Amino acid sequence: MSKPHLELTNVQMAFDTPTGPFVALENVDLKIRKGEFVSLIGHSGCGKSTVLNIVAGLLQATRGGCVLDGHEVDTPGPERAVVFQNHSLMPWLTVYENVELAVQQVFRKTMSKAERRDWILHNLNLVNMGHALDKRPGEISGGMAQRVGIARALAMKPSVLLMDEPFGALDALTRAHLQDSLMEIQQDLNSTVIMITHDVDEAVLLSDRIVMMTNGPAATVGEELYIELPRPRNRVTLADHPEYVRYRQAVLSFLYEKQSFPGKQGAPADEPEAESIDESPDQPSSTFAVHAAPSGRTRAQTELEENA
Amino acid sequence: MTTLSQTDQTPAATHWLRALTEKLPRPNLADSGRQLLLPIIGILLFLGFWHLAAPQVQTSLGAFPGPGAVLEQSGQLWQEHSDQRERAAQFITMQEQRNERILAENPDAEVRIRSYPGAPTFLDQVVTSLGTVLAGFVLATLIAVPLGIVIGLNRHFSAAVNPLIQIFKPVSPLAWLPLVTMVVSATYVSDDPMFEKSFVTSMITVTLCSLWPTLINTSVGVAAVNPDLLNVSKVLRLSFWTHVRKVVLPSSVPMIFTGLRVSLGIAWMVLIAAEMLAQSPGLGKFVWDEFQNGSSQSLSRIMVAVLAIGFIGFLLDRIMLLIQKKVAWNE
Ligand SMILES: Nc1ncnc2c1ncn2[C@@H]1O[C@H](COP(=O)(O)OP(=O)(O)OP(=O)(O)O)[C@@H](O)[C@H]1O
Ligand SMILES: [Mg+2]
Repeated sequence: MSKPHLELTNVQMAFDTPTGPFVALENVDLKIRKGEFVSLIGHSGCGKSTVLNIVAGLLQATRGGCVLDGHEVDTPGPERAVVFQNHSLMPWLTVYENVELAVQQVFRKTMSKAERRDWILHNLNLVNMGHALDKRPGEISGGMAQRVGIARALAMKPSVLLMDEPFGALDALTRAHLQDSLMEIQQDLNSTVIMITHDVDEAVLLSDRIVMMTNGPAATVGEELYIELPRPRNRVTLADHPEYVRYRQAVLSFLYEKQSFPGKQGAPADEPEAESIDESPDQPSSTFAVHAAPSGRTRAQTELEENA
Repeated sequence: MTTLSQTDQTPAATHWLRALTEKLPRPNLADSGRQLLLPIIGILLFLGFWHLAAPQVQTSLGAFPGPGAVLEQSGQLWQEHSDQRERAAQFITMQEQRNERILAENPDAEVRIRSYPGAPTFLDQVVTSLGTVLAGFVLATLIAVPLGIVIGLNRHFSAAVNPLIQIFKPVSPLAWLPLVTMVVSATYVSDDPMFEKSFVTSMITVTLCSLWPTLINTSVGVAAVNPDLLNVSKVLRLSFWTHVRKVVLPSSVPMIFTGLRVSLGIAWMVLIAAEMLAQSPGLGKFVWDEFQNGSSQSLSRIMVAVLAIGFIGFLLDRIMLLIQKKVAWNE
């Protein structure tokens, strides 16, 4: 690998709390190539959003730092667009105006008014929200709002796209549709993506690499799994690709065998990926796959060694 | 705000209508009857009680006026107003005719028209009071909203001024008034003043007393902007002004308006007290003059003023509510 595009070095993040500092992250190291699609996966509260916020510049690491294209990241900026975990649309602006606010800010000087309008509409149509331009966020569903948040981020043409559970609130069909669009867009623009997800299938389908985080406090990168499935990927044909199944099992094994919560061993039913949303019917659901294939763990390790 | 696009016009319009005739249009007829009936019953019971109780209260100026006497006096006050207007019109026409005559004899003569010297009527006083309260309230808003934004945005500044706000907030208009009067007479000197001194004094007193709720609400609203939205603003690298205009202000509009409504209520109450004490023209002076006058009708006339004050206060609040509904995104 040549000089990395985005590099997190030895990052520690300690939050000040009334009961003293709380170390959320410790020694997080991550090197990401230009155009790479990286998924962050880990149990709730382990520090995924914190990693994303550090890359976004919204949080300053208490030790170590983040370098993008040779420049230290210390402030947020539109070249690192964020899709927030809870859509974060301005409630007083309409769907159109929310995207417009971002487009205005980024392309004020480079696009004419008409071009900007077309670009806003293009992005809203991409997420199938062209029908609700004049609605306020309070008048649309959570999933629709999340899609607008995605459109807003895409409309900024970011060089790094940071997404915090972008598809969490969506129904299976929309989710599949958006995953496909995202893969296309990412191929076209060759943008770097860091995506947080709880959905193992989504992670395997979309990513070049899955970064698995250990449980907090003092969470760090536990394992990294390179997904070397050929692109473009098709969810239907991949479903019974032997490699695909192997990757899934590696991730599940990490989450539920190595990093399962104490006392929750064998009962990992409270995580969202158990919804098994876009699986083909003959695919075992994630929850059961853990027990069906305990050997996934060794395979994951082999995989890691191969890619090291 | 620019956010009210074309499509919002219809709901906004119905909002206005509904607010105006608040209790009237309800889908259920029986329900709407009850909605209207209960307030009417309440008012009638009050009038009955007032009618029965008033004669029992004897004062040096006779019995306390009942509803009938008050109604009669309000008619009387209206009559006085129309008569006054008529006389004023006559007075002006007379002068005009005289001036014409003078000009016919000598085209170079300097002519003037003097305004009618009669005392202001009840309605004139109402108009004066409304003008003063609006001027004081607008001034208070112009100070409180920008200052509140600065306080809300800057934690250090907020910590510095918070004790001052807490101390000045509970001060009564009666305490401010002598100070304001003295300062205004000392500093507001001009041969041809644009405003009366008494107007300036009452206005400033109103401003000093009414700016606090708006100031506090604005600063709280600004400080409470959803942190996620602040993050969006940071990611977009909005400039300070765009940030204030597009994120901070719209987000605090509901809070600001709640403050404005409280402020306007206080402004109206303070104004009446200030006018009474400072002898500056307005409803307060009307009440005070009637009190000093001490005729057999005085109490009824004061009662008319009391009801008018209450009714105008209610109307002012309603108007603010309508503006709020039109402007705020969460209504
Ligand atoms: N501002 C803060 N102050 C104190 N502690 C914080 C703060 N932000 C996050 N934390 C703590 O840091 C840890 C990691 O939080 P983070 O939001 O990154 O988790 P996450 O992996 O994104 O969880 P989820 O999957 O539920 O979104 C949590 O234990 C959280 O309580
Ligand atoms: Mg999170």
